[in-house]
Amino acid sequence: MLSALFFYLFAIFLVGAGFMVIAAKNPVHAVLFLIFAFFNAAGLFVLLGAEFLAMILIVVYVGAVMVLFLFVVMMLDVDFAELRAGFLKYLPIGATIGLLLLVELILILSAWVTAPEITAQAPAPPAADISNTEALGLILYTRYVYLFEAAGLILLVAMIGAIVLTLHHKRDVKRQKVGRQVRRTRAESVELVEVESGRGLS
Amino acid sequence: MVEFWSSYGLPFALIVAQSVAFLVILLIIVAFLLYADRKVWAAVQMRRGPNVVGPWGLLQSFADLLKFVFKEPIIPAGANKGIFLLAPLITAGLALSAWAVIPVAKGWEIANLNVGILYVFAISSLQVYGVIMAGWASNSKYAFLAALRSAAQMVSYEVSIGFVIITVLLCAGSLNLGDIVKAQDGPLGLFGWYWLPLLPMFGVFFISALAETNRPPFDLLEAESELVAGFMVEYSSTPYMLFMLGEYVAVVLMCGLGTVLFLGGWLPPFPVPPFTWIPGVIWFVLKACFLFFLMAMVKAIVPRYRYDQLMRLGWKVFLPLSLAMVVIVAAVLQLWQHAA
Repeated sequence: MLSALFFYLFAIFLVGAGFMVIAAKNPVHAVLFLIFAFFNAAGLFVLLGAEFLAMILIVVYVGAVMVLFLFVVMMLDVDFAELRAGFLKYLPIGATIGLLLLVELILILSAWVTAPEITAQAPAPPAADISNTEALGLILYTRYVYLFEAAGLILLVAMIGAIVLTLHHKRDVKRQKVGRQVRRTRAESVELVEVESGRGLS
Repeated sequence: MVEFWSSYGLPFALIVAQSVAFLVILLIIVAFLLYADRKVWAAVQMRRGPNVVGPWGLLQSFADLLKFVFKEPIIPAGANKGIFLLAPLITAGLALSAWAVIPVAKGWEIANLNVGILYVFAISSLQVYGVIMAGWASNSKYAFLAALRSAAQMVSYEVSIGFVIITVLLCAGSLNLGDIVKAQDGPLGLFGWYWLPLLPMFGVFFISALAETNRPPFDLLEAESELVAGFMVEYSSTPYMLFMLGEYVAVVLMCGLGTVLFLGGWLPPFPVPPFTWIPGVIWFVLKACFLFFLMAMVKAIVPRYRYDQLMRLGWKVFLPLSLAMVVIVAAVLQLWQHAA
């Protein structure tokens, strides 16, 4: 009974926050509502007994992705009056696309069948005595190891791509070379000179 | 109805009572640690430090508390009011909520989570929101610059903290903080705790903890010489106090986490009678205080890092080092299992 209560609580907050993400006028508020939505989704995962997924959702999405999101959104200088000016002009197009998507979703969901051979192949549910972190690890690194590695490889390529696109090496910029600074000795950098008065250094 | 009370009401009341007791004790300890921090700092600089309120100035933190609470909170005209007031609440609330899973003695935790370490990691990765929201909502360029700095800084050092935690998890074989402490128990005592086998990681953890909690020498988001007080510049009275509280609770949390991960939590240094008579909670507090003393000493004797050097340290030194250690530790453990 208590878990049902919490399910409805999280679900209502999740849907409400999701609505506010698109309804909020200030983009920063929208991002904060999205964060709140993630929290409620994590709460739903906990209710399902998937505490590992819940924590990973918070660490990855809220702790890293949304920080960068917020970072970018805060730096944007958005003019709200200008944004709202085109609203009526784009309304018919937006409404048509939304309607099409809705019809497609209804068509898909009404014709939803699971192929019988899939259910036969589905992995056995994990034994009750191991935690779900262990169960996830056991299945991820055995049955789905190639898919897992492929996902990792794609992310690596994306990361290297992002670095290549943004890294510019300017030739004429003086950079600090920490290794060279540390290696420097007193003998090679400081010289004591006896200067005769009136002569100066040549 | 009776069944409802015995199955839900009583456990709920018990949890509330435990949490309140824990919070009160934690906050009192934090008040005295704040005093200790200032005293250590003063002693290094050959000053007296706080010495007026109470005997030896012991009640200074409580006097500060009263003063903050009775001042007028000023909200700047251009500020985004809701977020401006939400930010300090988030900072303090998050820092306190992470303590729910820290085992201060055997079985003494509010919640015994299977993924306890992930919970702490998640909460500490959310700490950055308090800073970003405060910086943005203040509508001030100093605060905003500090928020931008801190976002980059805290996200960078989280990565290396994550890898440090992974090396410990590999050795302990559990995500449960209590089990991590139990895995360090052994006949070697003090020398069996993970600080010795994982020594470089202990150093990386300590320094990353300083950066993650924005302690000097990594307090670039406060940087009073350039950013006046960074993200807190527009704050006053109770909201400001909540920031300070959140910061210190987060620092003490990192000390507690370091104690659990590397210093054997509640375990006595030697598993022989005179040491085992002392209850575990005292050992835990002593170890956490030792780590806090180290943090206070670092604050007192190390000058502030330059921003690009901070980033270089995080990404070019700690990240490769901790990644390499994950691989090395995993390989050693695998060989060990193979041999045994």
